[in-house]
Amino acid sequence: MSEATLVGAAKRPSKITAWAAENGAVIGLIVLVAVLAVMSEDFLNPTNLLNVGVQAAVIAILALGATFVIVTAGIDLSVGSVAALSAIVLGVMSAEFGLPWPLALLMALATGIVCGLASAGLIAYGKLPPFIATLAMLGIARGLALVVSDGSPIAMPDAIASLGGNIGAYLPIPLLIMLGMGALAAVILSRTYSGRAMYAIGGNEEAARLSGIRVTRQKFVAYALSGGFAAVGGIVLASRLASAQPQAGTGYELDAIAAVVIGGASLSGGKGTAFGTLIGAFILAVLRNGLNLLSVSAFWQQVVIGVVIILAVLLDTLRRKASV
Amino acid sequence: MSQAMLRVEGVGKSFPGVRALDGVDFDLRPGEVHVLVGENGAGKSTLIKMLSGAHQPDEGSILVDGAPTRITSASEAQRLGIATIYQEFNLVPELSVAENLMLGRPPRRWGLVDRKRMRREAEELLDRVGLDLDPARRTSTLGIAQMQLVEIAKALALDARVLIMDEPTAVLTTGEVDRLFALVDRLRDRGVGIVFITHHLEEIPRIGDRVTVMRDGRVVGGAPATAPEEELITMMVGRSISQQYPREAAEAGEPLLQVEGLTRAGAFEDVSFEVRAGEVVGVAGLVGAGRTEVARALFGADRYDSGRVLVRGRPLPAGDVHAAMESGLGLVPEDRKSQGLVLDADIAENLGIVTLGHGARAGFVNRKGRRDAADRVAGQLGVKMSGLGQRVRTLSGGNQQKVVIGKWLLAESSVLILDEPTRGIDVGAKVEIYQLINALTESGHAILMISSDLPEILGMSDRVLVMSRGRLAGELPAAEATQDSVMTLAVSGMEEAHV
Ligand SMILES: Nc1ncnc2c1ncn2[C@@H]1O[C@H](COP(=O)(O)OP(=O)(O)OP(=O)(O)O)[C@@H](O)[C@H]1O
Ligand SMILES: [Mg+2]
Repeated sequence: MSEATLVGAAKRPSKITAWAAENGAVIGLIVLVAVLAVMSEDFLNPTNLLNVGVQAAVIAILALGATFVIVTAGIDLSVGSVAALSAIVLGVMSAEFGLPWPLALLMALATGIVCGLASAGLIAYGKLPPFIATLAMLGIARGLALVVSDGSPIAMPDAIASLGGNIGAYLPIPLLIMLGMGALAAVILSRTYSGRAMYAIGGNEEAARLSGIRVTRQKFVAYALSGGFAAVGGIVLASRLASAQPQAGTGYELDAIAAVVIGGASLSGGKGTAFGTLIGAFILAVLRNGLNLLSVSAFWQQVVIGVVIILAVLLDTLRRKASV
Repeated sequence: MSQAMLRVEGVGKSFPGVRALDGVDFDLRPGEVHVLVGENGAGKSTLIKMLSGAHQPDEGSILVDGAPTRITSASEAQRLGIATIYQEFNLVPELSVAENLMLGRPPRRWGLVDRKRMRREAEELLDRVGLDLDPARRTSTLGIAQMQLVEIAKALALDARVLIMDEPTAVLTTGEVDRLFALVDRLRDRGVGIVFITHHLEEIPRIGDRVTVMRDGRVVGGAPATAPEEELITMMVGRSISQQYPREAAEAGEPLLQVEGLTRAGAFEDVSFEVRAGEVVGVAGLVGAGRTEVARALFGADRYDSGRVLVRGRPLPAGDVHAAMESGLGLVPEDRKSQGLVLDADIAENLGIVTLGHGARAGFVNRKGRRDAADRVAGQLGVKMSGLGQRVRTLSGGNQQKVVIGKWLLAESSVLILDEPTRGIDVGAKVEIYQLINALTESGHAILMISSDLPEILGMSDRVLVMSRGRLAGELPAAEATQDSVMTLAVSGMEEAHV
């Protein structure tokens, strides 16, 4: 292009402002941390911070899985239930059938993936809207968790239960697992064929199809990943509780979706990153923790979190309007 | 000379990384057709968006009937009597044609939408633009030329005194263009001022009164509509173009694509043809003749009832785009916005979407390779952009089209099907694309080209297939293909159908 049409560097937004505009969630998190640090002296206490991290971990892992699906313009409402079912499978396999824990762990992962594949099958071949298919899966997985466990908690094998602990004094394993899953999700989304295809599908499914992308296959991949990540989340949750509980993770799907959206993804697809989702999960966890420290009632907490979701999406919409 | 009804003075507009308009003056008098031309990305659409309320100028002023006016929204523009047909369509795909025609102001009776009147008025509007279809049809089922005519009808419904048309003829065939021009002539006689943007320079003397040429965000000159084409081209692109259709026919080799008796009830019937290595086969026909439908069906984008498609002699499974691609077919679809582009992704991502798997290892995409390829093809096609990271939505229409072509060029398909490939592309860039077509056929690839632009078909094809009413009406070698011979075949099915 000709130089004449380029605006001088002075008029171009600097790298920092451009980055800030793209990463509103990070700024939000920093502000939130700063405010809480001033308002509550317990907040910056290392034990408390680690506590926040551990609280964030489960939601973050579920949310990372949901990110794949949301990027394709789908939705996965079943992650909380699938997490519980997977953990129950792990418990039953090792406690009742006496399987060695690595095998039981694999079966738990497989459970999550199969649930995701089943949702994808309903969407791709049954032509159900993702909302309905995964809403059904939410019920089915939760019900199965109750059936298999007969409604009572099942003890975790020691190896798994120890995942809920720390390495040394200050390194919670759930946090490490979360970071690992975050890195995995980031690599899949930004570097792999499937990841890039998911963005194309979410951005314009018809254009993706006409460009030779196997849309159905990639949707299966996205929902399977969501299920697999949910299983990991469920196992981490169970390890912290030292037992698999059929009612664990109830309502987590909404927190997970909120984290994805706060992290900058769009429910209409084509947008979202693993990093953003992690930040979103942390914003939710920090907010909950801070409100607890400030002794805000649990009732009001829900209101605040609702407002934060609105603010996050509103800011994003405004930003996008400004850039068109 | 009568006073300008609309005047733009010293208008400037910047987007991140681009100075889209710079000190632009422009005016429009009642009862004239003012043609706006310029290269892709010159700023034509941006200029008219200032008049339609879609953008506000950063500096400069807009005068309506001599009075400085701020046009802050589309409804404000409507109130001022300005109607606009945008380059990119603004139709709601899920609504019926009638609802789209009267979007936001449906006829009402006792507070409820008066469906009967809506249908009647819609029929009248469609009749004015010569579009013969059921107003109750869902808009998403229309072809691109039909959508264009609906957009035109929608703007006519406003009964404006200023009508802005951004490339209304880009996808229309000769018949529709004639009818549109007759309409424009009537409006001009009634004193309507018309801004007309086009890349088809041969239309200018037929329809225009005067021409303004833009380049890199500036007005670089004006001329009467009778000015010779070469003069306008030189002003537009800064050089002269010796040959608009530089086709160098290559030796035709073995058949690469064979279509046998392809049929889909209600769309096309018993269509058979072949395309050989090194050939450019043009497909002509009127709007609704079924050209796009055949292309999409053979590519696997839509189903068909019977028939066979063979690539290099091997039959292709029906309805499988991926398989078609693997075997060496490519399709540049007619509607870039809904079928060709991921508008909110950047240029690099869009250019690399077809070749996402190329050079991938263990599922990991080859990031550097993709970027280099995107860089190369964007340069080849002269995509005017602030960088490969620019969102495709913010590119000018012609540059968006180049991206759609570019992503398929990277695929190196052995048979590339082009559906309206040069829609919205400027004269200079067209020649570049024709040269790329030459290079492809030279190296043994083949092109099947659907176009509503008859000169393009005649100028670039080695063979012309003519479709009419879903059937192949005939085939003409380049030497025998003329405007007349093609049109005769194109309407031939019509007469039979009336018997
Ligand atoms: N919203 C936007 N953000 C950034 N750049 C933009 C935006 N809209 C337009 N531009 C840029 O402004 C320039 C002028 O674009 P415009 O659409 O006016 O061109 P045009 O003359 O209509 O071209 P064409 O013939 O291809 O339609 C282009 O370089 C384009 O990329
Ligand atoms: Mg334009």
